Amino acid sequence: MSAYTLPRHLGLLAVGVLAVLASSYLLEPYRLFQAATVAAFLCATAGLTVLTGLNGQLSLGHGALMAVGAYSLALSQRALAERGLTGGGALPISLLAAVLVTTALGAVIGVAAARIRGPYLAGVTLTVAIAVPALTVTFSGVFNGEQGLAVPLAPPPAVLGPYFPYERWQLWLVAAVTLLALLLLTNLVRSRYGRLLRAVRDDEVAAGLAGLPVAGIRVLAFVVSAAAAGLGGALLALLTQNVSPGAFSLALSLSLLTAVVVGGLGRLAGAAWGALLLVALPELTHSLAEALPLTPALAHRMEGNLPLAIFGLTLVLVVIVAPGGVQGHLSRLAQAAWTRLPHRAAPPTT
Amino acid sequence: MDRFLFLTLDGLSRGAVYAAFALALVLIWRAARAVNFAQGAMAAATAYVGYGVAAATGSYWIGFLTAIAAGLLLGAAVERIVMRHVGHASPLSPVIVALGLVLVIQAGLGIVYGNEFRPAPTPLSRSAVTVGGLRLLSPYDLFVFGAVGVVVVALAWIFARTAVGLRMRAAAFAPDVARLLGVRVGGMLTLGWALASAVGALAAMLVVPTELGLHPNAMDLVFVSAFTAAVVGGLESPPGAVVGGLAVGLALSYVGGYAGSDVTPLAVLTLLLAVLLIRPGGLFATATARQV
Repeated sequence: MSAYTLPRHLGLLAVGVLAVLASSYLLEPYRLFQAATVAAFLCATAGLTVLTGLNGQLSLGHGALMAVGAYSLALSQRALAERGLTGGGALPISLLAAVLVTTALGAVIGVAAARIRGPYLAGVTLTVAIAVPALTVTFSGVFNGEQGLAVPLAPPPAVLGPYFPYERWQLWLVAAVTLLALLLLTNLVRSRYGRLLRAVRDDEVAAGLAGLPVAGIRVLAFVVSAAAAGLGGALLALLTQNVSPGAFSLALSLSLLTAVVVGGLGRLAGAAWGALLLVALPELTHSLAEALPLTPALAHRMEGNLPLAIFGLTLVLVVIVAPGGVQGHLSRLAQAAWTRLPHRAAPPTT
Repeated sequence: MDRFLFLTLDGLSRGAVYAAFALALVLIWRAARAVNFAQGAMAAATAYVGYGVAAATGSYWIGFLTAIAAGLLLGAAVERIVMRHVGHASPLSPVIVALGLVLVIQAGLGIVYGNEFRPAPTPLSRSAVTVGGLRLLSPYDLFVFGAVGVVVVALAWIFARTAVGLRMRAAAFAPDVARLLGVRVGGMLTLGWALASAVGALAAMLVVPTELGLHPNAMDLVFVSAFTAAVVGGLESPPGAVVGGLAVGLALSYVGGYAGSDVTPLAVLTLLLAVLLIRPGGLFATATARQV
C-alpha cells in the first residue's frame, strides 16, 4: 500500500457518503429501495470479485453464501426480538452474527477449495448452490421450509423525526455497511495481500516456488469473499424483510457470476457495474414486457425468466467478444483519452 | 431386508442413468478438456422436445427418438456456434460460457413452457414385479438398464472398432498430429459434443419421469450427481463413469431411503468433497507424476 492509498480511499468513501446522502433526499421511495438493493448486491459482487477476479477461484456458490448470511441475520434478529431486544443494539449484533457464520463456512469451503482446482472447484461450489436451499427444507423446523422467515427490523430512531421515510432509513443502513465493507476490501486489494492474491492467480507454481503460502492465500481469499457475500445476503434480507430458499437459487449464484464477469473481472469497480446490472436489468425487462402486447400468461412467464436469459446471453458474449467487461473497456477508453491529451501527444520541442 | 433389496435395485436403476450422464461428461472432457456445465440444461431442453413430440404424436417412442435426435443437433450446434469461439486465455472461460448457456436455456424453457412441473408419463409400468413376496424390478427399470446398456456397448464399439472412433480418439489425444495425418479435428470435436449431448438427452428421457416431472431445473441435481459419478471414475475413463454412476446411484438411494429424500443434495455434496479430498484423480486413477 503506497502512502497515498489510504487517504485516497478515505476520499472516495467521503464522496460515497455524500452521494448516498444526497440521493436519499432526491429519489422517490421505490428508487431508494432499488439503490439500497444495489448496495447490498455490491457487497456480494465485490466479494466474488476478490475470489474469482483477483485469486482465480471460480465460485458458483455465492448465492448460497448470501442465503447463509440472510438466514443467520433473520435467526439472530428473531432470537434477539424474543428477548425483547429490538432497538439499535440488535442490528449490529445480527450483522456480526451473519458475518461470523459465513466467515466460518467460508473457511471450511476454502480449506477444501485450496486442494481443488478448476472444473472440480466449480462442481463443488455448484453442488453447494443446490444443497443449501435444500437444507432449509430439510430442517424446516428452524428455517420454516419454502415459506421462509420474516426479518424484524426496528423503525428509524425517533431523533430523525416522526415522518422519516422507512426506505431512506434502509438505504442509510445498507449503504453505510456496504461502504465500510468496500473500504476494507479496497485496502486489502491494494495491500500486500492483494498482490499475493494476484500472484497465486497468475502462476500458482511460481508463487509456490517463490515461497508464498499458496494454500493459505487461497483460503484467505475464500474467507474474505464469503464474509462479504454473507454480509450482502444479510443486507438483502433487511431490505426485503423476508428470507426464503426461492430467493437464493442456483440462478442467483449464476447471476452474481454474470455480474462480476460483465462488470469486469479483477477490478472492484467492475463489481459496482455488476451490482447495478443485477437491479437495473430486471427493471428494464419488466418495463419492456409491459410495453409489448403480450398475453397475461406469457407476460407472467417472461417476468423472472427474461432477465436471466439476457444475463446468460450477455455472459456468453462478453467472455467470447469482450473479456475485459465494462470496466476493462472504460479503463482502456480512459487510457486512450489520456495519451491523446495535448501535453502527452506533442513531444517537447526544446 | 425387503426394503434394503428395493433400495438396492432402485439405486442401481437410478445409477444407470447417472452412469449414462457421467459418460456424456467424460466424452466431452476427453475430447475438449472441458466439463460441460450446461449438459443438465441441454438435456432438460431435449426432454421437453421429446415429451412435446410424444404428446403431439401420441407415441412415446417417436418422442424418445426425437429427443435423442434433438440431442445430437443441440450438441453440434452448441459446439459450432458457441464453444468453438471461446478463447483459451483463461481456463475459466469455457466453464463461464457453459454457465451462461445454463441461464439462457433454463430461462428460455421457463418462457416457453412456464416454471411449473409438467407430468412426464413412462411407456412401461413403474410398479415392481413381486416374486415370492419380494419386490423386484419394474418393467421400466428393466427398460432403463437395457437402454443404458445399449448406449455403453455402442459407444465402446464406436470408439474401439470403427474408423470414426479412432479419428475421434486421435483428435482428442494429439490434435496437432491428428491434423497432420488428415483428421478433421474440428469435425471430430463437433461429433463428440453431438454424441455426448444425445447420451444426455437419453438420460433425461429416462430420469425425468422418475422424479417430479419436467421442469427447467429438473436436471440440476442429476447433473451434480452425474458429475460426482464422473469424478469418482476420474473424468478420464468411460468404464470409471459407469461404475461411478452405479456407486453414486446406490449411495443416494440408501441415503434417500433411510434418511429422507430431502437430504440427497447434502449427500451429493459430502460424497463429492470426500472423493475429491481423498482421491482427487478419482478411484480409478493411476498415479502420475505432477507436471510443473
